[in-house]
Amino acid sequence: MNIEVVEQAPRTHYLNATYGLKSWLLTRDHKRIALLYLGSVTFFFALGGMFASAIRLELLTPQGDMMQAETYNRVFTMHGIAMVFFFLIPSIPATLGNFLVPLMIGAKDLAFPKLNLLSWYIYNLGALFTLIAIVTGGVDTGWTFYTPYSTTYSNGNVLLTGVGIFITGFSSILTGLNFIVTIHTMRAPGLTWFRLPLFIWSNYAASLVMVLGTPVIAITILLLAVERVAHVGIFDPALGGDPVLFQHLFWFYSHPAVYIMVLPAMGVISELIANMTRKNIFGYRFVAYSSLAIAVFGFLVWGHHLFVSTQSVYAGMVFSILSYAVGIPSAVKVFNWTATLYKSSISYNTPILYAFGFIGFFIIGGMTGFFLAALGIDVHVHDTYFVVAHFHYIMVGGTIMGYLGGLHYWWPKITGRMYPEGWARFAALVIFVGFNLTFFPQFLLGYMGMPRRYYAYPPEFQVLNVMSSAGASILGVGYLVPLIYLAWSMRYGPKAVSNPWGAFGLEWQTSSPPPTENFKETPVVTWEAYEFRPRHEAEVIDITRH
Amino acid sequence: MWSLTIVIGFVLTLLILYFAIKYRRRDEDEIPRPIRASHRLEAVWIVVPFFVTMGIFAWGAGIYYRMYRPPEEAIDVYVVGKQWMWKFQHLDGHREINELHVPVGRKVKLTMTTEDVIHSFFVPAFRIKMDVVPGKYSTIWFEPTKAGRYHLFCAEYCGTSHSGMIGWIDVLEAPEYQAWLGGGAAGGSLSASGEQLFQQLACNTCHKADGTGRGPSLQGAFGKPVQLSNGQRVEVDEAYVRESITNPKAKVVAGYEPIMPTFQGQVSEEQLVQLIAYIRSLSNAKGSESQAGSAGAQQTKQTQ
Repeated sequence: MNIEVVEQAPRTHYLNATYGLKSWLLTRDHKRIALLYLGSVTFFFALGGMFASAIRLELLTPQGDMMQAETYNRVFTMHGIAMVFFFLIPSIPATLGNFLVPLMIGAKDLAFPKLNLLSWYIYNLGALFTLIAIVTGGVDTGWTFYTPYSTTYSNGNVLLTGVGIFITGFSSILTGLNFIVTIHTMRAPGLTWFRLPLFIWSNYAASLVMVLGTPVIAITILLLAVERVAHVGIFDPALGGDPVLFQHLFWFYSHPAVYIMVLPAMGVISELIANMTRKNIFGYRFVAYSSLAIAVFGFLVWGHHLFVSTQSVYAGMVFSILSYAVGIPSAVKVFNWTATLYKSSISYNTPILYAFGFIGFFIIGGMTGFFLAALGIDVHVHDTYFVVAHFHYIMVGGTIMGYLGGLHYWWPKITGRMYPEGWARFAALVIFVGFNLTFFPQFLLGYMGMPRRYYAYPPEFQVLNVMSSAGASILGVGYLVPLIYLAWSMRYGPKAVSNPWGAFGLEWQTSSPPPTENFKETPVVTWEAYEFRPRHEAEVIDITRH
Repeated sequence: MWSLTIVIGFVLTLLILYFAIKYRRRDEDEIPRPIRASHRLEAVWIVVPFFVTMGIFAWGAGIYYRMYRPPEEAIDVYVVGKQWMWKFQHLDGHREINELHVPVGRKVKLTMTTEDVIHSFFVPAFRIKMDVVPGKYSTIWFEPTKAGRYHLFCAEYCGTSHSGMIGWIDVLEAPEYQAWLGGGAAGGSLSASGEQLFQQLACNTCHKADGTGRGPSLQGAFGKPVQLSNGQRVEVDEAYVRESITNPKAKVVAGYEPIMPTFQGQVSEEQLVQLIAYIRSLSNAKGSESQAGSAGAQQTKQTQ
């Protein structure tokens, strides 16, 4: 155990090493690029959040009253696009991942610092196209761009938005590539694969998905553009194409994309649980391998989005089985996290509250995934609010809880300042309550039969919709509070020591904030992952003893 | 499924809460003993969920299989989706928009397509949903057990008035259904309309009934396999007839020249359905034909 608390912050660190706009815009320091990304994704989170508020306001009443149907369709589409492509996918890898991957493995930077900076510029170029598309009228296809609506019928800015997503995809590929090469080649001496923090394992798995999956969405968008511009028959049956082909291609990327969002969050949760309980993660290897299993199986389940699409009944069955196969490693993680708590020492700081919130949401999101993977049930709940609730439990309840939990946990390392603990616990609680109130009623709405993407709805659905909108306003406050106090703490927060949590991991062995080169000298690892106390003292937990 | 979720969610939550309270940090310098996990325990929570989920799979797959296997003795209704309405054609010639009348206790089979984008036919009360895809026919069936009025929704986003593409399924008691049918269809039965169209489009100049025309005779062709010029055999069903009208060169019957012009763009989806109903009636002389006019629920059952 090598926790040495350095009480004195060094005179220079990565934040004050150089000054001026240029030193940021041309930086090759992974930590600064992480902060640049933090700014960009926060902007899109706020933008997507505003669209979400507009949706919930409109749905307060059954009839359409606040905006036109046309506007509403654009609003929910832009909500999806901003959140999925410009916030959730880059959120944890590009901010926390960028900051932590080199620190956690004892490296000075990522393998390709210039590519890392390039990826941020590519992201912003794509974002620019998408923003222009939004400002000049938006797009109304839904973030799923189903054909032939998107290729032949929609009169929105389909192409401009498509170009934006196409470009942004490359930033994702570059980040993934950078992580894979870095993790393979730049681990500190002694840091073997099974000594790696689980955050690294899960980001590694997510990187594989980014590198292998993203090119497919790029190709799909390209084909869509070819059909829309040149009227070459690919998806539109009037031109000789097949509209269901688009759905296969789209979900071949977009289902694994969910794992790009949630795998890194799972990695964050493993770190939070281990370090807030000072306990080695129960079944470390199973948790590590489960990340890879999720990444691999994740590529084989896309067809469960097509159970009622006229896909063959037998294909449906195969995809149903494979969807359960991807559920098992996810369940294994939850069981191991729970078991880690046994005989541990739980510190009730904000990060563990987010971790508990994550597990709670993930159990609900995961179990309702089992509903959706069951063919007979999916037919009924497919394309209803049940699905909307399910994926928000995973993507918002899962990813954003992981993101915020991680942001709080590493905040002292990133900024060198502490956040206000009381406010942070309060906000975590508000988010937990607001989130459940927003999305739980949507499971019931969907089960009762309310289809998604409805601008107006029959009056019997109103009560649950009002509950959901009320929850959304609480949730909105819950997200706004951290935005304010985190910004405040950057300047006024109390100074953080290098390891305020008594946590494990190489990132806590350097100063807060770290120097530009991360470590004054390259660390040598002689301990196992999360080895708070020597292994030989370990107690063996077996079934017979339970 | 709901109860399984509640039980598992409840047990895990209780366990976490129990640990969370019992093992809270009591001393700042406390470092708990590490624990080594046994592989047996890990195996248990991999294998048990695996079998539980396979059980759920088998249950769900069974329901799904039956759902997409339409029964033989069903009332046929043809559905055409269009931005933003549902159009129904009964075999007797009744046409409806956003409203479908069916008798209680009878199986109903829908054959569906769309004129424009993808829609999805969703009746929550019947637990059925099926996408309606341009360029092909999809089918779904149901058997209402209780008279009443049930919501019909479009579940696949289809543009501006997606949420306005809703209607009703009216399930009527047998006598009321008879009365509704008795209202009569002005334009004659579906196959009669198809026959008219068959002559208007001059299909009958090549597809002669006695088989001497330049195209194959369609008498008795529907529902049977046919030999193609490329050596394959296909069953003459709705999809094949539809394709042969819109894209005739795709699958040419053996022994005939690929000289038929395409009718894509000349016949609407509804007219295609009428033509199919006519061709179908040629194989089934007293079948669907006799359902026309005043034929009622019982009679259809006998004739099928």
